Amino acid sequence: MKLIFEKSVAGRRGVTLPRPDVPKRAIIDGKYTRKDAAPLPEVSELDVVRHFTNLSRRNFSVDTNFYPLGSCTMKYNPKFTEAIAGFPGFTELHPLTSHLGQAAMLVQGALEVLYYIEQLLAEITGMKEMTTEPLAGAHGELTGIMLIAAYHRDKGNKKRFVIVPDSSHGTNPATAAIAGYEIISVPTGKNGCMDMESYKAKLGKEVAAVMLTCPNTLGIFNTDIKEVAELAHRYDALMYYDGANLNAMLGKCRPGDVGFDVVHLNLHKTFSTPHGGGGPGAGPVGVSGKLVDYLPVPKVVRNDNGTYALSEKKPKSIGRIAPFYGNFAVLLKAYAYIMLLGREGLITASERAVLNANYCLAKLKDVYELPFERTCMHEFVISASRQLKHGIRAIDIAKFLIDRDIHPPTVYFPLIVKEALMVEPTETETKETLDRFVEVMREAAKLAEDDPEILKNAPTNMPVSRLDEARAARELNCSHI
Amino acid sequence: MSNYYTPHTEDDIKSMLDTIGVGSIEELFKDIKGELRPKSFNIPEGKSELEVLTHFNRLAFNNCAGIVKFLGAGFYDHYIPSVVDMLSGRSEFYTAYTPYQPECSQGTLQAIYEYQSAICALTGMEVANASLYEGGTALYEAAMLSSRLKNRNKIVVDSGVNPIYRQMLHTYTQNLSMDFVEISVSHGRSTRSDMLKYIDDKTACVILQNPNFFGAIDDHSDIIDKAHSHGALAVESVYPISLGLLKTPAEMGADIVTGEGQSMGMPLSFGGPYLGFMAVKKELARKIPGRIAGATLDTKGKRGFVLTLQTREQHIRREKATSNICSNEALCALRAVIYLSVLGKEGIRELARLNHDKAEYAKEKIAKIKGVEVKRSSPTFNEFTVLLPKNAFNVTEGLIKNNFLAGLPLGRYYKGMDNYLLVAVTEKRTKQEIDGFAEALGKAL
Repeated sequence: MKLIFEKSVAGRRGVTLPRPDVPKRAIIDGKYTRKDAAPLPEVSELDVVRHFTNLSRRNFSVDTNFYPLGSCTMKYNPKFTEAIAGFPGFTELHPLTSHLGQAAMLVQGALEVLYYIEQLLAEITGMKEMTTEPLAGAHGELTGIMLIAAYHRDKGNKKRFVIVPDSSHGTNPATAAIAGYEIISVPTGKNGCMDMESYKAKLGKEVAAVMLTCPNTLGIFNTDIKEVAELAHRYDALMYYDGANLNAMLGKCRPGDVGFDVVHLNLHKTFSTPHGGGGPGAGPVGVSGKLVDYLPVPKVVRNDNGTYALSEKKPKSIGRIAPFYGNFAVLLKAYAYIMLLGREGLITASERAVLNANYCLAKLKDVYELPFERTCMHEFVISASRQLKHGIRAIDIAKFLIDRDIHPPTVYFPLIVKEALMVEPTETETKETLDRFVEVMREAAKLAEDDPEILKNAPTNMPVSRLDEARAARELNCSHI
Repeated sequence: MSNYYTPHTEDDIKSMLDTIGVGSIEELFKDIKGELRPKSFNIPEGKSELEVLTHFNRLAFNNCAGIVKFLGAGFYDHYIPSVVDMLSGRSEFYTAYTPYQPECSQGTLQAIYEYQSAICALTGMEVANASLYEGGTALYEAAMLSSRLKNRNKIVVDSGVNPIYRQMLHTYTQNLSMDFVEISVSHGRSTRSDMLKYIDDKTACVILQNPNFFGAIDDHSDIIDKAHSHGALAVESVYPISLGLLKTPAEMGADIVTGEGQSMGMPLSFGGPYLGFMAVKKELARKIPGRIAGATLDTKGKRGFVLTLQTREQHIRREKATSNICSNEALCALRAVIYLSVLGKEGIRELARLNHDKAEYAKEKIAKIKGVEVKRSSPTFNEFTVLLPKNAFNVTEGLIKNNFLAGLPLGRYYKGMDNYLLVAVTEKRTKQEIDGFAEALGKAL
């Protein structure tokens, strides 16, 4: 398909601007202006509409396809939350309104949203307080590690290391490194959880934090979790909970109750705000009592008279990690989702997510290698190692699924499983959809033995066949201009 | 109320449990022992969709969002053509995720490639990434990129850079040994002599903003040349709509360009989601943070798009990654490229011109008010500084009653500037609103 730039015809226009109702002014001195006009496309509004509508049809999405992308929680995104985020009473609100005299009264509805979403998320996770500022999961991680660093600085602790298991998301070690820490990696034991002997050996006085995902990226709940936390706390190392997999735990276990000091959430996963093709998300962070003083400013507070205000009175705060109060429209959608589901609805979400995952696992484990034979939580990891004997890799199975209109699972992650396929069906899928997925996965396994070429040549039904990624990196072309 | 987004019937559940070989769903949670179960889970009971909509309608009504805005300070009340909402609202875009599987994500990938191209067109730079969270974190990433690349830790920052972003820079670097030198502004412009004096061989980069926080337009070529002569990089934070008219950061020689893209089709929405953009010279392409879409060929020689240079990223490099950034703000980038496409080459120039002309008109009207001084030491784009005879914060309070958000009182961020007000005028402000505002301001003093 042509680029919008390739459809450009000199002189074509696509929008009516507000009419100029003031006199034209002398243009700015030439030394401050650009030499040539910005070479944006010259197209009509219909050109733009047709172009982007057709582009949209070249995407798999939750609304068009089953999307069991592991660790990403691609559940159905209810439409009423979009309607709410689009209310002009929210969209037209300037974030600096509250900086004007008495203007907090102009934003009471918005502050109430922030206040209650914090309360709800704190109760869901069992944490003492939350901040809604972080703009994505990885941003929440960075905020969390900065809070931990502030705690240790304040106490005069000399800390250099952060412990992460080798099954962790890549963001964990990347975040800790960016915040100024060195990484200690702990291998996975035979039960699919962090190896306790190795963990104990690596723990020490200089460890600032232990970062865990629970259930972990293999979809396994770490039954040693309390002991892990108690051992860490002996050295005043704080426990970090990566909330990517919270969709397995709602009402079943709260990170705050089992010893975690910091939690980040991915609202676009567990609380069903759309993934947007890769953002915007939201990554609120919750903390235990130890870290409350260091939370970012401003903080929404409720006055005695029931009104809300923004407070910057936090002398030990790490400061500002976002310009305002987080991705407000995303927070709104998550709040509306939680309000609609309520207590029972949230618990049901986790229960059905775990049911769907175990069902798929039960129907696939005879044809695919299962690295750890255990009950899974909301997702599971299988390996294409048996298929590899016929020259078929995880990526080939992924591409075959595309030809069958199913978005592939996450592949080659976690790194510790060879030829990994990480499947997260989510709770919003029907048994019929899961049965079809299982059928296609079994068909792929059979084709690996009988006719591997079909898998290797897939996909054939898409606008493009397999793309040369090495060429893209070697001959970098990332702009038409 | 139950969860109707889960479609399981009683029969489904029974047959699925049979397949798994357990007697109940609860058995699947057996690894979570009693001592690990929640101490409480006090979430209110569920509500119907209508009840929730009614609740949020009330909350939205409790905001005075429709007030006439002369408030900007980096975040602007621009008109968003309807086509932006309609097209970005296609759920094939917004319910997809990061395009890890390119063959079934060509829509998102091509849109990102086009967005990157549009950012290059606006800024004059050669390479743009797929977007970052927002303007402040983009600036922080630029500072870190410079420091990493130059292996230096001194960063010279102009105080004309948005003070909120400067606060963020400090927050992010508390645990790192960064040396920030902030150069104060004089008469609303960069203090040239100090800027030039403090840039030295230890400097990783100099951080500038155009137009600066006070709205002043500048040509930073001399400062950028000075930075280059010491082997330092120049980072320029820009306001994309102004680039319809203004000299591009590329023309000034900047190495890294960042900015807040909210003005390109994002509603104000009380602070987000917004759009951080970053564009660089070609030689820095392999060092920048965030996702990048690149063009390539498929097995049959047909053009297609992929996420490229992924070996910089956290999911492969882990602790050695160039940033911990995982997602981008893809949907916001999509909105921006739709917005820029309907505006086009002529439209962006006309829009910039309209903003400038309306702001100049507002300046003239306000300058006529007795006791008020409009600062004119530099040309401005669509925002300017006004010195009032009274405390600006108190004046804004009075004007709310006239349905105006009068601007940002500067005292909160700049010492000794309690009587200064920062006023923004976008294309949405009509002559009638500007006249009414000037009149109300006159009466409020």
